[in-house]
Amino acid sequence: MADGKSETPTEKETPKPKPRPILRLVIFLISQSFLVSVICCTAGVLALLLLPVLAKNTYISENALMPGSASPMISNQEVLDGNKLVEDLTNLNSKYLDGGIESQRIIAKYMSDLGAEVSYHKFHPQSNRFHPLHLFSDPDSRAQENFSCSSYGINTIGIIRAPHGDGKEAIVLATPYNSLKSDLGESFSVGIAFSVFSLLSQVTWLAKDIIWIVADSRYGEYAPVAAWLKDYHVPKFSSLSSGNVEMCHDGKNLYELKGKSITGDFRRAGTMAAALVLKVSDRTEELEDTVSIYAEASNGQMPNLDLINIVYYLAAHHRQGFRVKVERLWSLLDCSLLKVLGTIIEFVGEVARSLNPEWKFGIPATDYVEGTATLASSLYSQALGVPTGPHGAFRDYQVDAITLEFSPKFTSDMKVRHNDFFLRGGRLIEGVIRSVNNLLEKFHQSFFLYLLTSPNKFVSVGVYMIAFALVIAPLPMIAASLYISANNSNSSLKQDKSTLSPYPVADEHSNTVRSWRWLNAAKVVFIIHLWGAVVSLLPYFICQIPDLTSTTSFLIWVLLSVLSLQVLYSILASPFPHANASQPQEGDWALLKSVTISALFIGLGLMSVINFATAEIGALLLVPTCLLARPLRLDLRARSLRSFSRVICNLVLGHIAFPPAAFLVVKGVFSGFGSANVGDFWNWVESLWAWNSATYLYISMVHLPCWVLCIYILIHTC
Amino acid sequence: MALLQRFIFLLLFMMTYQLLPCTGSILEEEFTEELLLKPLPDRKVLAHFHFQTKAPPSSSNGRHHHLFPKAISQLVQKFQVKEMELSFTQGRWSYERWGGFDPMPSNNAKPPGVELWAVFDVPQNQIDASWKNLTHTLSGLFCASINFLESSTTYSAPEWGFPPASRNLRYGTLPREAVCTENLTPWLKLLPCRDKSGLSALLDRPSIYRGFYHSQRLRLISTGPGLGGMAGIILEQTLTVVLQPNGRRTIVAHSGEAPVQPSWSMSSIFGRKVNGRCVLAKSSNVYLQFDRGLAKELKNHQNENKDSGTNNLASEDFWNNPGFELSVKPDGVFEEINGLHSESSSVLYKFSMEKYSESEPCDLSFKWKIPVVWSCKQAPLHATRFLMGSGNERGAIAISLKSTELTEGFLGANSVDDGCKVQVNIFQVVPWYVKVYFHSLRVSVDQQLKAPADVIEKIHVSPSKDKVSPGVMEMILKLPCTVKSASLSIDFDKGFLHIDEYPPDANQGFDIPSAVISFPKFHASLIFPKDDSLNESPMLSKFQQKNPVMSYTEVLLVPLTTPDFSMPYNVITITCTVFALYFGSLLNVLRRRVAEEERLLKSKAATKTNRLSLLLSKLSAKLRGKPWEPPSSPQPTSSFISSKLVLRVILVAGIAMVWQYYFS
Repeated sequence: MADGKSETPTEKETPKPKPRPILRLVIFLISQSFLVSVICCTAGVLALLLLPVLAKNTYISENALMPGSASPMISNQEVLDGNKLVEDLTNLNSKYLDGGIESQRIIAKYMSDLGAEVSYHKFHPQSNRFHPLHLFSDPDSRAQENFSCSSYGINTIGIIRAPHGDGKEAIVLATPYNSLKSDLGESFSVGIAFSVFSLLSQVTWLAKDIIWIVADSRYGEYAPVAAWLKDYHVPKFSSLSSGNVEMCHDGKNLYELKGKSITGDFRRAGTMAAALVLKVSDRTEELEDTVSIYAEASNGQMPNLDLINIVYYLAAHHRQGFRVKVERLWSLLDCSLLKVLGTIIEFVGEVARSLNPEWKFGIPATDYVEGTATLASSLYSQALGVPTGPHGAFRDYQVDAITLEFSPKFTSDMKVRHNDFFLRGGRLIEGVIRSVNNLLEKFHQSFFLYLLTSPNKFVSVGVYMIAFALVIAPLPMIAASLYISANNSNSSLKQDKSTLSPYPVADEHSNTVRSWRWLNAAKVVFIIHLWGAVVSLLPYFICQIPDLTSTTSFLIWVLLSVLSLQVLYSILASPFPHANASQPQEGDWALLKSVTISALFIGLGLMSVINFATAEIGALLLVPTCLLARPLRLDLRARSLRSFSRVICNLVLGHIAFPPAAFLVVKGVFSGFGSANVGDFWNWVESLWAWNSATYLYISMVHLPCWVLCIYILIHTC
Repeated sequence: MALLQRFIFLLLFMMTYQLLPCTGSILEEEFTEELLLKPLPDRKVLAHFHFQTKAPPSSSNGRHHHLFPKAISQLVQKFQVKEMELSFTQGRWSYERWGGFDPMPSNNAKPPGVELWAVFDVPQNQIDASWKNLTHTLSGLFCASINFLESSTTYSAPEWGFPPASRNLRYGTLPREAVCTENLTPWLKLLPCRDKSGLSALLDRPSIYRGFYHSQRLRLISTGPGLGGMAGIILEQTLTVVLQPNGRRTIVAHSGEAPVQPSWSMSSIFGRKVNGRCVLAKSSNVYLQFDRGLAKELKNHQNENKDSGTNNLASEDFWNNPGFELSVKPDGVFEEINGLHSESSSVLYKFSMEKYSESEPCDLSFKWKIPVVWSCKQAPLHATRFLMGSGNERGAIAISLKSTELTEGFLGANSVDDGCKVQVNIFQVVPWYVKVYFHSLRVSVDQQLKAPADVIEKIHVSPSKDKVSPGVMEMILKLPCTVKSASLSIDFDKGFLHIDEYPPDANQGFDIPSAVISFPKFHASLIFPKDDSLNESPMLSKFQQKNPVMSYTEVLLVPLTTPDFSMPYNVITITCTVFALYFGSLLNVLRRRVAEEERLLKSKAATKTNRLSLLLSKLSAKLRGKPWEPPSSPQPTSSFISSKLVLRVILVAGIAMVWQYYFS
């Protein structure tokens, strides 16, 4: 503002009326749009790379949690009970092969011996069908399908009622357990959970009920938990829908299992406060016992940060001897570029500290590389929109949940280490449950929107949005500048003509027509986006065709897409109907690009609200592509170095921004090009819609149309 | 002087008149104390204290009482309370494990928190006022926030859904009220011996609050006003606790055989012994009750062992009972006179506390010899209630009724005729911020969706009014006797509260109080043979009353949208910014003179240097923040401008005032 005012005297000399300072700022930015966009994009990428440096240490925000304030109560007695259960289960596995009912009976017996209320829950796995109209709907209203009675799973659920509690709230503990083919890890997870459950059935401090669900993971780990949650929250009372599981009584079923205190009734225990999914992995490659935290739920939703904080706090500060990990992209750890960047940042930090000891922003290079790898993994799993474990099912019902995966370092024959591991694992779980139990309100204090760079460092929404905002900031500016320049060039062209033209009235008319020329461009953009919607619906029909391999499905999809593009194009008119006869005009591609960029801006803005990570990655791909797009013919005509390099950039970006190509490149980089196959893309997309990922909608309705428009601009004849 | 003498005489006369009948009324006001102990199937013990104080309806002793607490009698007189019940409960009564059919759960199981209902003997228009005053009085009396029931959003007036069906009934609950010793102490103060002697001496605070269920109740029945306006009052104070005899449980997992139940004694579960009776009590007894199921199991066991025909628990040779052992010889054994429907009957052992004293305390202990597994009798249908749906927008309340063994056995027998129906009354209060759509009521019986009219015989609904009254739903369902399961569900929208209506810890969610499910055709009563000693006992006569079987459902927690209370600073900041922008642009628009600016620009060419210098000086003055003094001082214009400016400022202030007026 001050600058604007100091400039006023010089401005006053021109005979134009003085525009408002804010307007002048906008005009200045638009006129310098190229420079500004380069600066903004670079700054955006830099800000993204700097996020690990800007990450803050986590802290427990909700005071009521009080983690670690009570000494753990789990003792060797409970651990021995847990071990006994593990032994029974493993013995059973070697003996019987009767469809796993026996192991469930054993678990139920153990539970009911503790005084818990035990029930079985029978479910059918949901098949991964594409429901185009249910992408954003509640999990409640998804369509029921016809089930066959032959395939079902049985969850075993035990509930401990809090002795003094009023039963309004519950904490859920889930352990996936495949009763058909269980490995030692799953048995261990059931054992640890039983130790904790056994303790909790005796303690007097419980205020919330405890639900322990042994999820039958023969159809995957997610499906049983999701099915149980669905029946918990949206039960079906009438059997009018064919999907009722209880309707089929085939062979030996639940009734065999039912004992005196064990029923097939569905038992409930109030509103869920939090959920923990417990797993023990078989891999023992670690040097020490570790706990991995998986938190990403569908569409990049995260549980409250406090839940992760408790686990980290208890594992790190209370000498449980666990190293806490979050997922990271291992391949990035060896990336030399990142190492160089890390060294630079470390150096800059040191220089800054030598100048002023108060400035502490540098972090060691190794930390930086690890932080980046974690951040990349966090971004990737959020962008994918596919939950990283059974905890994702809870988030669909607004329940905060995480998966804890323990990886012990022992080999399975060391009995003493087992007990020790059970004890420490049990203490950690007990501590987390006790903290959540202390909580009077639901989780609301800490962050829901964050990215993790390490188990105890996070980047909050206020910081990471800056990087995204910087990347997409040039879009409206470029769009405006292109629009203005296109109009100006038209009017200047027209002025040249009008000096010759003897009919000023007709000229007036053509002037108004020209000022509305952007509508044609908008129409093209609209048609292409409409086509994007059609493309997104096509898999629904392709799925109906039986017996297709993924490759053929993909090819059919591409074929149909191209066909539909042709049809739409011919039906809804050629792009420039009144660019008729005369040669296509100079500014046409500029207008088209301007409208494309505006549409992209709107699409990315919307997507950033739904799923930030998708929007960020999409912006990194699409923004340069759209900004650089320029008819190849123009550049080839110019024959300068600059235009030549632009052609190269355009061609590369034009290829990479195509979603299947981008997918194959990423897959090739991470797992070698040999295994890459076009069918994989179909599988990947299938997994996206199976998980109701908004990323699928983004790809087909924002990314793909914008890419097509860019290609259209590239091959534009002008 | 004579007047004074007469006055003193009158005073003396009145005093003697008042004192004289007192000696007589000692006989009439009576206090009894009883304790019922009952082993429960899941290794726990139920202890039920019953203290009853009775004041006869007479005006003879004026306002004075010997045993009866004065606070209560004053309360009854002042608010004309005809009947009242107040309960403080912690924990849940487990209907499945601890039974749902006996008088014990039907009368004494209460929802968590505070429940208060009262019937008033005043005209309709004064009831609400009496209720409000009553809540405040009780709040002071029991150190609890019962006064929150004063607000009309928290209490309701059921017409016939809640058992003492009366038009003068008011009913309110506070599910979140925490119950502790501060509520127990004033309750004990109402007893003549407090907790110093007698059975109430057993009430060791740590042990009774360690239990799994704790319900402290106070019930008043006023027997109508006497001649002088003094009502006869019966005050029942009961305390029901479920305790675990042994802290440490031994897991005998997978051994196939049920473990022996833990043995217990008074000193092991309460940590105290009974040092004789309260001297003011008319009677002081301890009872030990065996459930019907338990009695049957024990009898079976006995028969197996001895084969001696008509042996039963009620006979005198209980000492050599193979199932259990008692440390004290009972003063009487009673067996329930059974009604029509079962082969087993409950057994009651009576222990009189008269003979015990400080030096010889009573420590009744009970020792199991064999493992016994039994189950308590269930209510005809087991009711659970839960919330459906997720998110902050809408949801549904569902009540699900499942048949129990009782219905399968008892109702199934005479289900040959199709006309057999089970009547179920449901009474449900819903706070106003849970906006229930009564039209969305769906009933399904045995997984078949039914038209509500087929199942619901009678329904009375009073919809909630925002911030005024809660929604009340009373229903009579008629279900076929063969019913396996039935469910009702009703949709609701979640409302918004004003920011100052949120309670502390608003993020926890909001409670929907328990629904009351009653079965009017089923009576929970234990009939014992006519015996003087039993008829004297108020607790047992209470058991013999034919009360309908009742059960309470769970309290539900509804998460509502809550604002972020920790961000007033942000709100203030953003409001100020918006206001600053608004007034800034308004002033800018009002101050700008477009025509003049254009004229200025046009005439710029002519008087370029002059004007420019003028503008420059003006601008520099503006930048420096000093009032501009024009070199050629056209004085009138400046004064004109300033007066106009004042006018505009007044205009803006006026707009602001109007704004303020409309938005507050």
